[in-house]
Amino acid sequence: MSGIRYSFGADEHVFAEIDEEMSLEAFFKGMAICKELEKRRIPGVSEICPSNASYLIRFDPDVIHPDKMLATLKEIEAQVGDADLELPTRIVELPVLYNDPWTNETGQRFRERHQDPKSTDIAYSARINGYGSIDEFVAAHSGAPWFVSMVGFVAGLPWLYQIAERAKQIEAPKYLRPRTDTPKLTIGHGGCFAAIYSVRGAGGYQMFGITPAPIYDPAQKLHYFKDFLAVFRPGDIVKFKSISREEYDRDIKAVEAGTFDLTFHPVNFSLKSFHSDPGGYSRHLVEVLHGH
Amino acid sequence: MAIEVIKPGLATSVQDVGRPGYYNIGIPLSGALDQYALRVANLLVGNDEGAAALEASLLAPELIFHAPAIVAIAGSEATPKINGEARPRNESFAVRLDDRLTFDYMKAGARAYIAVAGGIDVPLILGSRSTYGLGALGGFSGRKLAAGDVLPVGNPKPGARAGRALPGDLAPSYPKSLELRVVTGLYFRRLTDEAAKTFFEDTWTVAPEADRIGYRYRKGRALSFRERKQPFGAGSDPSNIVDAGYPYGSIQVPGGLEPIILHRDAVSGGGYGVIGTVISADMDRIAQMQPNNVARFVEVDMATALKARAEYKGRDRRLRSSLSG
Repeated sequence: MSGIRYSFGADEHVFAEIDEEMSLEAFFKGMAICKELEKRRIPGVSEICPSNASYLIRFDPDVIHPDKMLATLKEIEAQVGDADLELPTRIVELPVLYNDPWTNETGQRFRERHQDPKSTDIAYSARINGYGSIDEFVAAHSGAPWFVSMVGFVAGLPWLYQIAERAKQIEAPKYLRPRTDTPKLTIGHGGCFAAIYSVRGAGGYQMFGITPAPIYDPAQKLHYFKDFLAVFRPGDIVKFKSISREEYDRDIKAVEAGTFDLTFHPVNFSLKSFHSDPGGYSRHLVEVLHGH
Repeated sequence: MAIEVIKPGLATSVQDVGRPGYYNIGIPLSGALDQYALRVANLLVGNDEGAAALEASLLAPELIFHAPAIVAIAGSEATPKINGEARPRNESFAVRLDDRLTFDYMKAGARAYIAVAGGIDVPLILGSRSTYGLGALGGFSGRKLAAGDVLPVGNPKPGARAGRALPGDLAPSYPKSLELRVVTGLYFRRLTDEAAKTFFEDTWTVAPEADRIGYRYRKGRALSFRERKQPFGAGSDPSNIVDAGYPYGSIQVPGGLEPIILHRDAVSGGGYGVIGTVISADMDRIAQMQPNNVARFVEVDMATALKARAEYKGRDRRLRSSLSG
């Protein structure tokens, strides 16, 4: 990583590219700058959006001049530069029915838009990532936890980046042409990112499965929506858990009855500890989840 | 007091000044696409300038009033009618119980604003009454209006009266061909030299896919991006980047084919490199472009953008002083 590249989005935005490529370091730096910016509560700043390896600010140039805005961001960059890269956050386990009938059916409807029309999204992605079977692929996907590295596109949709060495990152191209439909709560994948489709709609990511857990609800029905209508925020850690069709159906019934819940555990993520032992650190995170 | 929707029009929704502060979780600003026209309509009926009103797109709705009210229509050039009789645009007028409001087609402009004294009184969600359709949030049941909907209206302010008119010099016109000013940047450098030139040379036509999320343009020459080894995580097409935030007004060109300008219901981020951003002073003008209207993009610097913004704010001040009291 060299220095941050700043660019104005006309008179109301500053875009800051930490790095052209995705990495935990770039993500952490963006998070740290955005957190500091939030803390300062600078008049005129209306949106602070960390995103993967960059961040975006919206400001009112009548309140803070663009030059002053940029100078402030550069000053924060310098201040955060030497910070120990630790992130106090939370971890949650999210049930997923992999290779489910609904995303497979949707995939079949848009097969001519896919790289490999004869296959399914999950079988194709398992193969191009060198896994011998869908089960092995699912084990990798649901093994190491993932960082929520950005929330957006539409309301409450998290992008996730797996907490693993680059060699173990799952990579898959987006559809050749985007679909016009994706089931709600599909677990998708494009580039090196997973995404959970918070609402039904268009999409270009490979579809691997579906979660029974709502992640966006304007009606805020379930307990875990009591504070806000979207579950995920940048910096959250998610561990996927492969479940059976029976477990999925049981969860759906609980969602409908209003009794389904997710449990978030506080955790302190240390980038240094991760780098010294990626596999061990990943297991440590999962232990936090299971109360050890 | 209430208003009943007889015909909803093409895409009519409740909008106000918008819902800032939640873009980081993908909930966009929303609010009236033409903020100036919203202010005009509200001030004419004695509302706060940011009160909730109805935004009609291309084909306006048909409404029945369940009680007398003071109403004003601003924005696109579509003659309003009460029980078939023409009423002025940009001037408040009274409606009686059971009066029926209809519109002629939009001769120029694409969005009309219907303000009612007292404002549309749907619940405040995250500080705004605006509708965000993709997220089924705010407005009337989180969606555009449908036949049979009955909209609650708040209590008019004491100053609400018929016959308050907008001075002609404060009424914008909506040309079918215009220039949109753009500050380049973000991933503009990913374009080839040729594409960086033709983007500003060509005349771009508004495509039918132009809505609150974004305006799509076509018929300009395709733009090519510099070849490179794609960075890790960016995806394989040269127009792809590691997914990042999209400014309001930002211009993306998926596959180099059709530029899309994001508006107030923007998708907050994605993997297409944005090549520049339309200045804040020109966002209202985009909202009034009909399909098949044409635009040329003009590159400007920050100083010009700020000057245009100051002029825009100056017109707002003149609007307030001429319609207050």
